[in-house]
Amino acid sequence: MTQADRPSIRPGIRLQWEAVQNAYVLLYPEGMVKLNTSAAEILRRCDGLRSVDEIVSDLESAFNRNGLQPEIEHFLQLARAQGWLSAAQS
Amino acid sequence: MSAAVATSQAIGPPLWLLLELTYRCPLQCVFCYNPIDFAKVEDELTTDEWLRVLREARALGSVQLGLSGGEPLLRDDVEAIADEAHRLGYYTNLITSGVGLTRERLSELRRVGLDHIQLSFQDSTREMNDFLSHTRTFELKNRCAQWIKEHGYPMVVNCVIHRLNIDHLDSIIDMAVRMGADYLELANTQYYSWAHMNREHLLPSREQLQRAEQTMLAWRERMKGKMKIIFVVPDYYEQRPKRCVNGWGTTLATIAPDGTALPCHTARMLPGLSFPNVRHSSLREIWFESEGFNRFRGYGWMKEPCASCEEREKDLGGCRCQAYLLAHDAAAADPVCSKSPHHGVVVAALERAQQSRVPEAPLVFRRRESSLTHS
Repeated sequence: MTQADRPSIRPGIRLQWEAVQNAYVLLYPEGMVKLNTSAAEILRRCDGLRSVDEIVSDLESAFNRNGLQPEIEHFLQLARAQGWLSAAQS
Repeated sequence: MSAAVATSQAIGPPLWLLLELTYRCPLQCVFCYNPIDFAKVEDELTTDEWLRVLREARALGSVQLGLSGGEPLLRDDVEAIADEAHRLGYYTNLITSGVGLTRERLSELRRVGLDHIQLSFQDSTREMNDFLSHTRTFELKNRCAQWIKEHGYPMVVNCVIHRLNIDHLDSIIDMAVRMGADYLELANTQYYSWAHMNREHLLPSREQLQRAEQTMLAWRERMKGKMKIIFVVPDYYEQRPKRCVNGWGTTLATIAPDGTALPCHTARMLPGLSFPNVRHSSLREIWFESEGFNRFRGYGWMKEPCASCEEREKDLGGCRCQAYLLAHDAAAADPVCSKSPHHGVVVAALERAQQSRVPEAPLVFRRRESSLTHS
């Protein structure tokens, strides 16, 4: 995945807020992952419109922190290897 | 506080809800996990009753929904149930043999928001598929697979593996690849209900199993990133038991066709336990307060060797149904465990599985007449 890619949640997979679990979860065929806050904040921005670069700057301003890029890119790689994301080329 | 009366704070939500909409099924699979006496259950819940179950469970936190059976598509209200489920925010999985599926029904299911379909095959050739299910369904299943793809669903293929088809694993995987499967579940038979009755025919030899694992691993490597292969080993070949349904009354609630609520889909066989019915109690009462769901929660029910075992939190003593079937005591250690005093039963079954012989008892197909004779 490059910084210009626009990742999106793969078809058939759903990101959803679950009040009972007080967490975002990722739902897929016969399975579910409960997401921690940072994973959820990243995945919520994977809408196929924003580039990796834009996701990084969006999160940096939302959480008022710099230097998040390595952490975010690492997570996106993991998420992609899990089959949660597809990355449309820009 | 004793372990048997845990408070509701200690009990998590039933994240997984499995609705067995009907026990009726045109297939007669020899490994079916429906109860042996399924034919005696006739009073299926109505559509409105199923919809009420959906609402009550969602309020408790259920989010993964399985629509299964029998063959769920034999009911004409799967669309209505999937519609309400989607509205409530469930992720809905339809588990089907494909019998009863048409292009029209599939379009409607897609429209109302069904999330995914798991299609079962029994083997990779028409002859074996149709023999093992005792029906002529192989070509129908292939048609269904095509339609499922056409409708943009992830393609999830399931094949139950056992002594009679395990040597065909290579061609089973090849079939799934040619169909364009995204996920392939190769589930070795677990020995309950009909599979338990037919165990001598179905338990593979160690050599068969090892060969199958090598075949599977080679395909897994080859299909990396394209198709996910899930391989469930038969637990008779393990040294420690499986943590059954992620722990009794922790994650899963199964509702049988007549509304009986169960901590797992085979628990109905356990004697001396009364399981509540959604017709008479709310799901909240059932999940938190019923004797049936509380019976094997926590550790208080355990006997030795489980009670003092350092691994008890890992496997929770294994499966209660397997303990009952093999040790005749639902509170015993699962005999799959090498620490169980009844482990010899499993060892003996495995020894017989290494021999090439024809079992004396005939293979029993899951059909109405056999259900009534054997129960």
